[in-house]
Amino acid sequence: MSLVETMEIVLWAILGTIGVAVFGIFVGLLYKGVDRKLVAHMQARYGPPVRQPFWDVVKLFVKETVVPEHATPWLFNLAPIIALAASIATLLYLPIGGFQPILSGEGDLILVLYLLIIPSLAMVIGGFASGSPYATVGAQREMVLMMSYEFPLAITIITIAWQLKNTFADHPFSLATIFSQPVWGTVGIVGLLGFILLLLVLLLVTPGEISKIPFDAPEAETEIAGGLLVEYSGRNLGLFYLADAVKTVVTGSLIVAIFFPYNLSTIFGIDGIMAPVADVVFYFIKLLLVILFAVSLVRVAVARLKIDQIVYTYWIPLTLMSLIGLLLIMFDSTSLFHISLGW
Amino acid sequence: MSKMSYSIPIGPIHPALKEPVMFEFEIEGERIVGVDFKVGHVHRGIEWIGTQKNPLQILPIAERICGICNISHPIAFCMATEEAAGIEVPERAQYIRTITAELERIHSHILWAGVAAHEIGFDSVLYLTWRVREKVLDLIEYLTGNRITKAMFTVGGVRRDITEEQYPKIREALNYYKEMFNKLKHVFLDDKTVKMRSRDCGILTKKEALELCAVGPTARASGVKKDVRVDYAYAAYGDLDMKTVTPDAVTGEVKGDVYDRIIVRLLEVAQSVDIIEQCIDNMPSGDLVTEPKPAKLLALLRKAVGEGVGRAEAPRGEVIHYVKLTGEEHPYTWKVRAPTYNNLMPWIPMLMGEQIADIPIVAASTDPCMSCTNRVTVVKKGRVDILDHEHLHKLSVEKTRRLMQ
Repeated sequence: MSLVETMEIVLWAILGTIGVAVFGIFVGLLYKGVDRKLVAHMQARYGPPVRQPFWDVVKLFVKETVVPEHATPWLFNLAPIIALAASIATLLYLPIGGFQPILSGEGDLILVLYLLIIPSLAMVIGGFASGSPYATVGAQREMVLMMSYEFPLAITIITIAWQLKNTFADHPFSLATIFSQPVWGTVGIVGLLGFILLLLVLLLVTPGEISKIPFDAPEAETEIAGGLLVEYSGRNLGLFYLADAVKTVVTGSLIVAIFFPYNLSTIFGIDGIMAPVADVVFYFIKLLLVILFAVSLVRVAVARLKIDQIVYTYWIPLTLMSLIGLLLIMFDSTSLFHISLGW
Repeated sequence: MSKMSYSIPIGPIHPALKEPVMFEFEIEGERIVGVDFKVGHVHRGIEWIGTQKNPLQILPIAERICGICNISHPIAFCMATEEAAGIEVPERAQYIRTITAELERIHSHILWAGVAAHEIGFDSVLYLTWRVREKVLDLIEYLTGNRITKAMFTVGGVRRDITEEQYPKIREALNYYKEMFNKLKHVFLDDKTVKMRSRDCGILTKKEALELCAVGPTARASGVKKDVRVDYAYAAYGDLDMKTVTPDAVTGEVKGDVYDRIIVRLLEVAQSVDIIEQCIDNMPSGDLVTEPKPAKLLALLRKAVGEGVGRAEAPRGEVIHYVKLTGEEHPYTWKVRAPTYNNLMPWIPMLMGEQIADIPIVAASTDPCMSCTNRVTVVKKGRVDILDHEHLHKLSVEKTRRLMQ
């Protein structure tokens, strides 16, 4: 490989990363605004304008950044940057619309799972570094929350990979494989039920991953006054705000990539310049629906759970659900239970 | 203090608290092993201001002791002054007082329900309940001219009439609450997450409630049948058909937890609707006030010598006003005891052994009203002294000795 070719690849990667970062932040903030507007209407309020999150970020970035006296400054300031960087990095591995991921072929689903943990870990570090009792309680809760939702999440992901490996794929954990082979087509009617269960589990893990009601114990406003974020202000809080926005897009895109990888261009046979446009629009709609069902609808319909109730919810009912999903898909692969859908 | 525990302060300013109060918690993990609280952050010297004014000037001040109990405080003050001056209140005025007091109870309990929902992170219910509350505020504005501070009372009666022409609007609002009652009951008592957060949380046993002199819905939710409206009927309550509400009416048992306090307040909203209906059905005719001319009333009060106690059932519990008149322009003493004062100590058995996550909802479950409560704080040269039992006893003995000389 010549120097010029290497330079070209590096240049494309850099430009792509910048593009994805801008895209992730923009879409994340947009969906935050849409989410707030939808929730407001569900609660019979007007709600803020959809562009409100953009103004919030602008305002946070011009405000003073206060570092508390008891904090460890370098860790305290580093945590928000890590959180945002890791969120954007995760997005590089996820397909958006009809486009392949920027770093396709480099990492797989397992890497995405680990990258998803990093923003939460950064928040934990930031919380412990802020030297406030509320932040410490919040950080402890965040760790417990992570341990809780990882269990059903891991079972779900492994089941999907196992099913893909069974059918044909060489690289079952690769997102490109998952993206090109919709999981629904690989199973009969029993397995379909199993995948529906797994989808439900993944939708319910999403509010936990991005700390939204009912799983927002780490930030619980009325209990610990914002928890992890209690000491954060100005630019640092703005970065966490952006990280949260991007992470919402990441978790939403992950569900879209695994369960709804369909594209309008392939379904309707659209060609030429219109194909990517149609795909991206369709992707936005899919993402909106996922966020609506996983975040907005859930957070208007329930109260905040206590941390022990969160652990119970994730470890007992949701883990059982994902295990039943796993069993159903296993049965489906045996010829006895396989009832073909004729896809 | 064991090695594992750490302390966490909640307050004086904290999102969970609607008014300043300082909690100090000893925590092990998420569990509360020690509770202490300090009050006195919103002392305004209201009683002192009162002793610089004549009784009619005190009325608006009494209304402003608490934003929500702006009927209970004036009614208790009026009753105390009327007792001290020997003034009889016309029967019609008693009925109108009862109606306004019950309207206040409806709006206060629904307001509390919204706050409680917010404390457990259920904001949709907050918006729902506060929207439901608007109807009673509109009715209050229609009847009294104001949404919050109603300025309805005067010593010896009421200042505004409730006439026959106003009945249709009252009935319409009452019917609205009868319809909404089942919806609110469904939301609060059947919702799974509300139940998860409130059942077996913040338990106050009947024994503790009796020992700590809890009052109002807090005591009733623990199974103590205690209601001034029934036990020492004032205003028109003696004529009406009503029973003390306890949570076993719905669940068949008394646990004394937050869930039971929700039940009691919900049932009391229904009870208030019923009371107002009875009042407008049996409204007697007659005068609104014993002495309609304020100047003449003031002259009468100026001459009066005596002391009186007014007891009323505020939405939060029993409120007591004591007034001593000595034949002067200003009352010699005006003493207020708000219900939250009694409901402070029950916080400790309620919060012990619970989780950090339970603090907001348990603290809110007694519906605390700190600005009602804060009466005495001694600040001398920047130092704040806490007056304990021995100290107060010593002061009162000294005072008695001085008077006897």
